[in-house]
Amino acid sequence: MQEVDHLVKMANQIAENFSFHDDAVERITDHLRKFWAPSMREKLIDFKQGESDELKPALREAINRLENT
Amino acid sequence: MFQSTHDDMGTPAPLRIGGLVSLTVDGREVTVPENSSVMRAAALAGVKVPKLCATDSLDAFGSCRVCLVEIEGRKGFPASCTTTVEDDMVVSTRSDRLDDLRRNVIELYVSDHPLDCVTCSANGDCELQDVAESLGVENSRYGLGGESHRGADKDTSNPYFTFDPSQCIVCYRCVRACDDIQGTFALTVDGRGFASKVTSGQLENFMESDCVSCGACVDHCPTEALMEKSVIEQGLPERSVTTTCAYCGVGCSFNAELKGDTVLRMTPDKNGQANEGHACIKGRFAFGYATHQDRITKPMIRDSIDDPWREVSWQEAFDYTATRLRAIQDKYGANSIGGITSSRCTNEETYLVQKMVRAAFGNNNVDTCARVCHSPTGYGLKTTLGESAGTQAFNSVAQADVVMVMGANPSDAHPVFASRLKHRLREGARLIVVDPRRIDLVNSPHIRADHHLALRPGSNVAFINAMAHVVVTEGLDNREFIDQRCENEAWLKWRDFISGEQNSPESTERITGIPASELRAAARLFAEAPNAAIYYGLGVSEHSQGSTTVMGIANLAMATGNLGREGVGVNPLRGQNNVQGSCDMGSFPHELPGYRHISDPAVRNLFENEWNVQLLPEPGLRIPNMFDASIGGHFKGLYVQGEDVAQSDPNTHHVEKAMRSLECLVVQDLFLNETARFAHVFLPGSSFLEKNGTFTNAERRISMVRKAIKPLAGMEDWEVTMALSEAMGYPMNYSHPAEIMDEIARLTPTFAGVSYAKLDRLGSIQWPCNDEAPEGTPTMHVDEFVRGKGYFAITGFVPTDERATRKYPLLMTTGRILSQYNVGAQTRRTANSEFYSEDVLEIHPFDAEERGICEGDWCGVASRAGETVLRAVITERVQPGVVYTTFHFPSSGANVITTDNSDWATNCPEYKVTAVQVTHVTEPSRWQKEYREFASRQEQLLDKARA
Ligand code: SF4
Ligand code: SF4
Ligand code: SF4
Ligand code: FES
Repeated sequence: MQEVDHLVKMANQIAENFSFHDDAVERITDHLRKFWAPSMREKLIDFKQGESDELKPALREAINRLENT
Repeated sequence: MFQSTHDDMGTPAPLRIGGLVSLTVDGREVTVPENSSVMRAAALAGVKVPKLCATDSLDAFGSCRVCLVEIEGRKGFPASCTTTVEDDMVVSTRSDRLDDLRRNVIELYVSDHPLDCVTCSANGDCELQDVAESLGVENSRYGLGGESHRGADKDTSNPYFTFDPSQCIVCYRCVRACDDIQGTFALTVDGRGFASKVTSGQLENFMESDCVSCGACVDHCPTEALMEKSVIEQGLPERSVTTTCAYCGVGCSFNAELKGDTVLRMTPDKNGQANEGHACIKGRFAFGYATHQDRITKPMIRDSIDDPWREVSWQEAFDYTATRLRAIQDKYGANSIGGITSSRCTNEETYLVQKMVRAAFGNNNVDTCARVCHSPTGYGLKTTLGESAGTQAFNSVAQADVVMVMGANPSDAHPVFASRLKHRLREGARLIVVDPRRIDLVNSPHIRADHHLALRPGSNVAFINAMAHVVVTEGLDNREFIDQRCENEAWLKWRDFISGEQNSPESTERITGIPASELRAAARLFAEAPNAAIYYGLGVSEHSQGSTTVMGIANLAMATGNLGREGVGVNPLRGQNNVQGSCDMGSFPHELPGYRHISDPAVRNLFENEWNVQLLPEPGLRIPNMFDASIGGHFKGLYVQGEDVAQSDPNTHHVEKAMRSLECLVVQDLFLNETARFAHVFLPGSSFLEKNGTFTNAERRISMVRKAIKPLAGMEDWEVTMALSEAMGYPMNYSHPAEIMDEIARLTPTFAGVSYAKLDRLGSIQWPCNDEAPEGTPTMHVDEFVRGKGYFAITGFVPTDERATRKYPLLMTTGRILSQYNVGAQTRRTANSEFYSEDVLEIHPFDAEERGICEGDWCGVASRAGETVLRAVITERVQPGVVYTTFHFPSSGANVITTDNSDWATNCPEYKVTAVQVTHVTEPSRWQKEYREFASRQEQLLDKARA
């Protein structure tokens, strides 16, 4: 699996595990900030810009937040 | 000759200490706890009563009649070991009459015993000899001619010790040690009276019997009947160094007993708080690897992994490494290198590695092999309880009424804890085992689990949720505890979530495979117990929802009020010796020592001031991220201390590709391990016998590791890291690991009160150790949780991607075996391999028959990650649809099959669930053939260096 594919898979897993919470987007954003190296987050941001539909909606929203802070 | 410093009190301290009793022994007044034996009272008064069958780690037995005494006002000569003290008793232990009686007994023993004390290997270490000498017995009035055991054959089948029936005095100490302490019940006494003799099993030899070679019988034998082969061959030891086992997370304390610079035996330390004098085959006997011929004791370098190794001086190795790593950083950026610390190394060593990465490498790319075992424990327990650690001391289990063991196999992986647990179970505590496989604990001598919940691999969260569902919906929750100790809002949300029908045992039955009625019964048993404790292992953490299960376990413990006192708690059983310590020491890329996030400016500041550098505020790469980044082309240099990722990490193809993509791989280890075959620099490591430091076991117990012999390669591991750091331009100046611990204590609130002087004084310390708890903390979260109020985390079940399909219809899960340890680098280089010499595939008879596989056949095991070949063992231990293997031997390639799936929160690999197909084959897999070729080519490149 390519590095970015693996990152996307992991990020989607995080989103799915937080999907039971009302504040899922915030939790996903916080988790990525706390545990992911900046280089990994950047790759995710780049991937999102490619308009793929592989990202779960809450994750997409979380990546937006990462991008804007 | 050196003498053991432990005074044997003859009988154990009374269990329940009540009032005190005063008596006189040989004219000396003594006051002792009631229910003490007269023998113990005498010992406390400084009077040694002769004895043979008694010893203070076993209940009194009263068989030898050597310990007779006279008690004023009583008729006859009671045995002091079985007589309980009473107020105002007047005891005499010596008189002509008593000595006559004792002599008589000893002469009887001697009449059936070879009189070759001078040449006997136990000469000077034999209790029979001591007693005989003290009574002046040299010969037997009974002669030596009658029937005896003197000609009986010696049993030398066990690789580590012998049994010589002619030396046996049938004192039953070995039998009682095996039954009461070890809990294996391997020994019996056959026949009666003079004809009685000790046998292992049904008149089998030791190797054929149920014996698990824990050595307890050998330790307890008062004569040479059971004796270590090393002592028979090389004589008795002359000195002893107290240290800590370097194998599993139980962290047993040992006396390394030496003659000159040769370790002759490791005897378990009676004062050791983790093990109280007990041990298992690994720590007790499997230390020979430390001086194995495969040890590499010279630093080596090479430009490419196709080049032969070149032995160089330490300094050249450091300079070469620093130059290459700095060149990589110049070319690819500061973040292109990193380091991996080891759970096998000491706290001080792991602390230094993470310090070097953060301060000298200038990034936070440091991780530890705990990533691949217990990182979900850290995440899960920190989130719910506030601290990334188990809550109890091991002896807490003695107060438990119900024990739930989930995804752990203590008899194989944590044997000394298993012995404690089994002891409690024999006393009547109830047992719930949650495991896809029927582990030994389910049904072993005098133990039967009340429930074996054989869940399907991958369904842990559904299971733990169903347990909590029953507790909450049947009103079995401990409302008082929850109200006082837990966050109310989180509790209410969680209560709504967990009460949902999707979590009921009836709904989860189709996921877990556990009949709803049985799960309900188990949940009631757990919730209704006065004290219920949970012990868990990698069968919990190594899943795509490992962290969620850990949180689910904490939820269950909180909901039933089973935290904050003895007999209860959430207890992760750590795999390797220093998993807890390596995590504590800041080995994770996002945390500084003491689990404080790197983004916290106040914490960073503390370290920046002490280390005199600027630290990056962002987390670095974790091990799987490093591998991905290496293959991705932007991570190029890696320093690995005491860890063998090429064998232990999942998806071997992927790991090997990552290793090959590195431009500079530096391995520090005892042996040229699988990872080192891909390395450019090899720095020789030092074994636990060759260095000073500390290990922290699964109960947060910090214990000393003390140098018994000089490091074979001339440097201890912490000195190597220090020198490498200096070569990288960041000198560190420690003259002893004690100074490293002082720095850790200065910077880490939970370690604030720890020092080597205190460890020497107290023996060991369970952190937190600080002003509030100057002698440490056996039980955590007593009045409040570390995070304040306990947090009920929502634990929704998300099935793993790794599901049985038409192509891969079976689920493979992995585990360990008693005699081998982890990647086997140490135990494979000892006689432990006589007990287990290859990894095998356990398969259910039904699945085997369907595939035409017979016992011992070669099976091809294929997953979407790869394929390997293992020999089949057909057994009903595993359920239909599930196969099982271990990963102790590199050529078996268990991790060629495991995938890169991982825990969502921590990236801990999902070793425990891999969808596979199994077929009957006749030759090794392609990977195995390539592995053999590569390994043999690398051996040749090593031989060139050594030539
Ligand atoms: S070595 Fe341990 S298991 Fe084996 S017989 Fe002795 S006490 Fe029992
Ligand atoms: S083997 Fe040793 S411990 Fe066992 S009964 Fe004989 S003398 Fe006692
Ligand atoms: S139980 Fe663990 S720590 Fe104790 S001797 Fe065995 S391997 Fe060593
Ligand atoms: S020591 Fe008391 S009877 Fe053996």
